[in-house]
Amino acid sequence: MPPVWNRKDLLGIADLGRDEIELILNTAESMREVGERPIKKVPTLRGKTVMNLFFEASTRTRSSFEIAEKRLSADNLNFSTAGSSLEKGESLIDTAMNLQAMAPDLVVIRHKHAGVPHMLARRLKAGVVNAGDGAHEHPTQALLDAFTIRQKKGRIAGLKVAIVGDIEHSRVVRSNIHLLTRLGAQVTVAAPRTLMPVEIGRMGVRVAHDLADAIAGADVVMMLRIQLERGARVAFPSVREYFNLFGLTVERLKRAKPDVIIMHPGPMNRGVEISSEVADGPYSVILDQVTNGVAVRMAVLYLCSGAHLEAS
Amino acid sequence: MKLLVRGGRVVDPSSGVDEVADLLIEDGAVARRAPKIAPPRGVEVLEAEGQVVAPGLIDIHVHLREPGHEYKETVRTGTLAAAAGGFTAVACMANTEPVNDNRSVTEHILAEAGRHGFARVYPIGAVSKGLKGEELAEIGEMVAAGVVAFSDDGKPVAHPELMRRALLYAQHFGVRIVQHAQDMELTGKGVMHEGEWSTRLGLAGIPGLAEDLMVGRDLLLLEETGGRYHVAHLSTARSLDLVRQAKRRGLDATCEVTPHHLLLTDREVGERSFSTNLKMNPPLRTEADRQALLAGLADGTIDAIASDHAPHHADEKDQEFGSAPFGIVGLETTLALCLDRLVRPGIITLSRLIELLSSGPARVFGLPGGSLAVGSPGDVTIFQLDRQHTVRAAAFRSKGRNTPFDGWKLRGKPTQTVLGGRVVALA
Repeated sequence: MPPVWNRKDLLGIADLGRDEIELILNTAESMREVGERPIKKVPTLRGKTVMNLFFEASTRTRSSFEIAEKRLSADNLNFSTAGSSLEKGESLIDTAMNLQAMAPDLVVIRHKHAGVPHMLARRLKAGVVNAGDGAHEHPTQALLDAFTIRQKKGRIAGLKVAIVGDIEHSRVVRSNIHLLTRLGAQVTVAAPRTLMPVEIGRMGVRVAHDLADAIAGADVVMMLRIQLERGARVAFPSVREYFNLFGLTVERLKRAKPDVIIMHPGPMNRGVEISSEVADGPYSVILDQVTNGVAVRMAVLYLCSGAHLEAS
Repeated sequence: MKLLVRGGRVVDPSSGVDEVADLLIEDGAVARRAPKIAPPRGVEVLEAEGQVVAPGLIDIHVHLREPGHEYKETVRTGTLAAAAGGFTAVACMANTEPVNDNRSVTEHILAEAGRHGFARVYPIGAVSKGLKGEELAEIGEMVAAGVVAFSDDGKPVAHPELMRRALLYAQHFGVRIVQHAQDMELTGKGVMHEGEWSTRLGLAGIPGLAEDLMVGRDLLLLEETGGRYHVAHLSTARSLDLVRQAKRRGLDATCEVTPHHLLLTDREVGERSFSTNLKMNPPLRTEADRQALLAGLADGTIDAIASDHAPHHADEKDQEFGSAPFGIVGLETTLALCLDRLVRPGIITLSRLIELLSSGPARVFGLPGGSLAVGSPGDVTIFQLDRQHTVRAAAFRSKGRNTPFDGWKLRGKPTQTVLGGRVVALA
């Protein structure tokens, strides 16, 4: 029996079974093909309304969702906090209930506080797609990362994946740990001790405090941005010292497998966590990640809208 | 005025009693206890057969929110909640608006309490003026007005020199300094316990060390100053151990724990998907901490169970986990939770639980009550051990409905409280 998706929400990878993850990735394969056509549009979500609620700044993720929505022919509306009723003292719940009254089918939400999509999902009839909640989860990013790894390596099971950088403040790493370990990869996380959240080993990863150790024999190296604005500034003495210890250079990359791929969820800080030679080098798949993001988000929107159930 | 409580199982740890007996209260005080007492003329009789008759329970850590935050709770609704939960006395914290840092606020609280009369109210005064952590508040004046202990609860007394002065000065009046033990630098922006679950949920953590460091520091100060010191809502294994060692060294250090730290852990925040009724300060800790606290109940290190009853308006709790205020209500669930989850599985005996809720807390603050010995105040709590019920937050007498225990099925329930020989009617 083929796996079935019967959730209205995508709140995180933590809740998903292996079958559900694979269903999204397989659905994304067929969505990717839409983006390669001269007319990049299908009628799948025609007549459905999607609200993009970005309570926190975003360029890449927001644009990616918008394009995905448009390619599926959904009507979309963008809401950002600047100048909104939230700035006039309205509570998040009141804002959400007002938007609900306009009967959207799907709500895509990013918020600086962990757990906000979960809170809204309990209240809203609309499906809720988490586009990043605090340092908790960023499920569509992990899905597009997995999609890209599968595309380049043909599999995920058995691969050695190193995730390096500001582990503490990263929602991307948490979603990726759930996803990659569930699909059978061996994941190592590496960061200065001051940016490593406590007891992360209990999530099923190897913990390294040395870049060379982390990337030795790696099939995939995923670099994370140092989130200075979230308090990483006090975790190490200077950007220069950070780069000396944890910056990814061509020289250091030699310890990885010869066919290693380099990933980064963006935005990248060249010269902080990654050198330009690596970011622009032949093993970099950073722009493929962005391309694949649209297909993965189309798949997620399609499944959460319930359109696949209406069709069958 | 005479009241005869007849035929109940009288459990009074302070006098080592656990027997079926009658209890006669005259002129507001316990007059006699005997297997059978013939009802004197004009006595009111309260039948307690099949029920437990205990000294009136005392909760030494309650936020009544009045003056200033009457939308959260008032002296009236808070004491009604106390009576409904089997408590005949509460000690209320000073973080009101204005702060209870002078005798006029103390007198206002006591006047309100007297006007309603559902439970005795013992105000706790602020250690520092305006809870600012700078200058000592008028401790002597407030003691004269009826304050029983001093605390900046909600905040720690952070400055070591202020704590040293408070411990020294309070000795003139024989009162205890109650510390909300939390190093604010180590706390940072933390909203839950720092551990596996804060990592999984991406929430900023409050390390156990933030509490341990403050308790350790204070106990060193106490060793220098002498005096009396109490750790409010102690939550970690290591802090408990520090208090245990201090007691062995002969220091007058006491501590209380809350039912929620005894029954829940940080894991719950993940399992209940960021429910803000699991956001409290100190945060829910690990299973290892919880087990250590249970052991501390049994071995006598813990002096009292206190609820840290912290009512908030529903709108305040209905926010993002990171923005919602800390705290939950506890007056109407403490006894039932402890009976069902501590006594029924045999973690502690019934007598030890009653001690932790009556004579224990009375001793910590030097309060009257907590005993059914002849001459003690006629405060009695009567409860059924086996009565099954479901916690219904919507039916609370408290204005606060912020509890993680809503819907819990519990066995054991208070049925009556008696205050100074008068049966408290729950209007």
